[in-house]
Amino acid sequence: MEMNLTLHVWRQASASASGKLVAYKIRANEHMSFLEMLDVLNEELTGRGEDPVAFDHDCREGICGSCGFMINGIAHGPLPGTTVCQLHMRHFKNGDELWLEPWRAAAFPVVKDLVVDRGAFDRLISAGGYISVAPGSAPDANAVPVPKKDADLAMDAAQCIGCGACVAACPNASASLFLSAKVSHLGLLPQGQPERLERVRKMVAQANGEMFGSCTNIGECEAVCPKHIRIEFIARLNRDYLKASWLYRKEAASGGE
Amino acid sequence: MKLDSRIPSGPIQQKWDKCKFDMKLVNPANKRKHTIIVVGSGLAGGAAAASLGELGYNVKCFCFQDSPRRAHSIAAQGGINAAKNYQNDGDSVYRLFYDTVKGGDFRAREANVYRLAQISVNIIDQCAAQGVPFAREYGGLLANRSFGGAQVSRTFYARGQTGQQLLLGCYQALERQVSTGRVKMYARTEMLELIVIDGKARGIVTRDLVTGAMETHLADTVVLATGGYGNVFYLSTNAKGSNTTAIWRAHKKGALFANPCFTQIHPTCIPVSGDYQSKLTLMSESLRNDGRIWVPREKGDKRKADQIPEAGRDYYLERRYPSFGNLVPRDVASRAAKAVCDEGRGVGETGLGVYLDFSDSIRRLGQNVIAERYGNLFEMYERITGDDPYRVPMRIFPAIHYTMGGLWVDYRLMSTIPGLFVLGEANFSDHGANRLGASALMQGLADGYFVLPYTVGDYLANTKLEKVGADHTEVKRAEQEASAQIEKLLAIKGKRSADSLHREAGKLMWEYCGMARNAKGLEYAEGKLAELTEEFWRNVSVPGSGQELNQSLEKAGRVADFLELAQLMCRDARERNESCGGHFREEFQTPEGEAMRNDDEYCYAAAWQWQGKGKAHVLHKEPLAFEHVHLTQRSYK
Ligand SMILES: Cc1cc2nc3c(=O)[nH]c(=O)nc-3n(C[C@H](O)[C@H](O)[C@H](O)COP(=O)(O)OP(=O)(O)OC[C@H]3O[C@@H](n4cnc5c(N)ncnc54)[C@H](O)[C@@H]3O)c2cc1C
Ligand code: FES
Repeated sequence: MEMNLTLHVWRQASASASGKLVAYKIRANEHMSFLEMLDVLNEELTGRGEDPVAFDHDCREGICGSCGFMINGIAHGPLPGTTVCQLHMRHFKNGDELWLEPWRAAAFPVVKDLVVDRGAFDRLISAGGYISVAPGSAPDANAVPVPKKDADLAMDAAQCIGCGACVAACPNASASLFLSAKVSHLGLLPQGQPERLERVRKMVAQANGEMFGSCTNIGECEAVCPKHIRIEFIARLNRDYLKASWLYRKEAASGGE
Repeated sequence: MKLDSRIPSGPIQQKWDKCKFDMKLVNPANKRKHTIIVVGSGLAGGAAAASLGELGYNVKCFCFQDSPRRAHSIAAQGGINAAKNYQNDGDSVYRLFYDTVKGGDFRAREANVYRLAQISVNIIDQCAAQGVPFAREYGGLLANRSFGGAQVSRTFYARGQTGQQLLLGCYQALERQVSTGRVKMYARTEMLELIVIDGKARGIVTRDLVTGAMETHLADTVVLATGGYGNVFYLSTNAKGSNTTAIWRAHKKGALFANPCFTQIHPTCIPVSGDYQSKLTLMSESLRNDGRIWVPREKGDKRKADQIPEAGRDYYLERRYPSFGNLVPRDVASRAAKAVCDEGRGVGETGLGVYLDFSDSIRRLGQNVIAERYGNLFEMYERITGDDPYRVPMRIFPAIHYTMGGLWVDYRLMSTIPGLFVLGEANFSDHGANRLGASALMQGLADGYFVLPYTVGDYLANTKLEKVGADHTEVKRAEQEASAQIEKLLAIKGKRSADSLHREAGKLMWEYCGMARNAKGLEYAEGKLAELTEEFWRNVSVPGSGQELNQSLEKAGRVADFLELAQLMCRDARERNESCGGHFREEFQTPEGEAMRNDDEYCYAAAWQWQGKGKAHVLHKEPLAFEHVHLTQRSYK
């Protein structure tokens, strides 16, 4: 089925330029993905010598977390549990008018059009979102059994693709769902125990230093998360953080001093 | 030029140990004085950069995505092989080695493959320790599944997102090194040129994709882990940004390109639905553990799948290959699908599709077990096609998936340019003419965690490196070349987008250099590709400027390189007058339609040398010897 749509797309030449919504008419087909529909628009714009709409994307399979923008005010658009690259046009109808805008959050400044800078997420991981293990120093993989239930729950949390929809949907622009997914993933596994409290403390401190807001349990993040990351992980984050704050002690100096 | 593969002497089981012992070490205090560039942050590059940082080197790592976590490895679904024999089903290092050499149809280097099988067991240990949430049994131990080309269960997995979980483990290790300051990460940065000084790789020229700024990075050695070039076909299962630019430009600076025509066509992908299609989506090979592949017995049977009775179905893989059944290697499964579609028995609107049917397994195991194993894949299938695979069989068709070819490297993963190392899918080393499923993740991590950190040290300890400054003529020349190409692309102001030219070239490649090839078609395609290249440089349209985020410019640069590579692929495919693995030349097949190798004349890796624009490549041959897995016609019957 063919359909005619009107798109109002946020156009902003660079981080420092001011932006505005620009309207485009486009003919689409129900089997296209949303990004393929934008490809068609860009092909037309290129044909006219105009600047195509910039948007991030890579895998187009809902796994790399590159894509993402607001469609009519909803992060990744209307289909629950679906990134915009996996959203197909059969979920829209002829005559629809759609507003496309980048993630809006102080921690994610706009780079151009629908592209934002999510470098803050990398900095959160760098602050402590890992297990320290040098190559070659690991024990046999079956030496540490992990109860299936824990492994499965850790995997539920680990599925986060780092797209940033949670931050964009949150009225406080909080990164709590993202943080909680990593803290829960590693904190649920025996391998993650030694650094568990240190990890959550460092990651939260980093988040406070970025431009993210606080969590007030609104739940928009869970509603838009393309990977169904559950808000219960934020409860785990809070629990661990509280514990870490109580138990915090400066490390004893090591070696030589 | 003589290709020295530097395979250590001695029994195959001891080669790697011997090599490690013979290699010189860099004193811990001296490591931080060495700067190493790693281009790529996928499993291969990410693992390498993290390990080198851990060792104390000063590392600069580059990727074109906005975060290293988004490298294409993230998309791998099915699993990673390791010879752990946790299932007690007869696996061993030797068997993994044997399966991989045979699966590659005897066109890989035995010594490399043996090392890969040896290291495979360490990889799983490393990843589990990093917190990769692998699938587990109720007792808490690791679970396994089977993949094509093997009769043991040696594939470790994390639901249908194994690549994601392995890459996140690797990315977290990388970010940890970023926090110590030993790795500096450059995201949204594209390598455009390699800097070669006194014959050695000494740096790269990059473009900052946000500001357009061109920068030069000098180092003691350069590592490329930039992934595969499957997107030369335009439609493939690769991520949209996957490209050949880094290795192609290194090739033009002197690195030989090996077996470019060895590409893998994956049998189970979602079929093409229209002209606007931008990529193809893989349905993991692991589905063949529980799905049965079939087409109607009769030509033109247009009944719905559930209305075709058992007797009207042809489970052609089970029929033709009773011992491996649905788990034959990918090249065999893809060709068999093409054959039934060519006979007019394909399904779906276009007739280019076969069924992958789970109804038997759902009946046997229950829907919840199937959902636990493949739930995310089933959801993805439904999102794309609108059909529910729990109720109707999936429709699938082969698609370009992986490239076995790549830059030629020796046993130590060094290319023909001293100081230039190549890892992961970007090199040609371990998979011969066909890769077995779940072996790419294994290879990327083996290269990055456990091979390169040793071999790079030996190079640095043995090599006298002169100090070079930013004003060196070779540095200036590389900078000038990179800028000139960008200016040229922007100045053409033609009528066609890079995408449209890429799509056209991709169609030619799929038609003539895809699942089946012949000399005449290849020659025709080469001619057409040359014409397209000429049109590209006359008529491409790149709006915008070089001083901003310009995705059209990025694409155009990549397409320019794909067009040149495509011609070499056809040339290589035409040169190889035999069929082997994924390279199927129609002229060379057995009466049953299986690939027919010609070991007397073609038992070599073909390494091509660039001679300059418009000049024919020169072919060098690395003869391959099979001392352990004896040359035979592969049989999966
Ligand atoms: C859909 C899919 C499913 C798969 N499933 C499996 C599986 O189940 N098991 C398995 O073993 N294999 C699988 N594979 C294959 C496997 O995923 C890849 O071969 C492997 O991940 C490649 O890893 P890599 O590190 O070599 O490259 P990549 O992960 O592709 O990384 C390339 C890196 O190089 C960077 N880069 C590239 N060019 C440049 C440049 N010019 N400048 C700067 N940076 C650059 C990129 O940014 C990226 O960081 C699958 C592949 C696909 C497509
Ligand atoms: S493009 Fe990778 S998640 Fe959408």
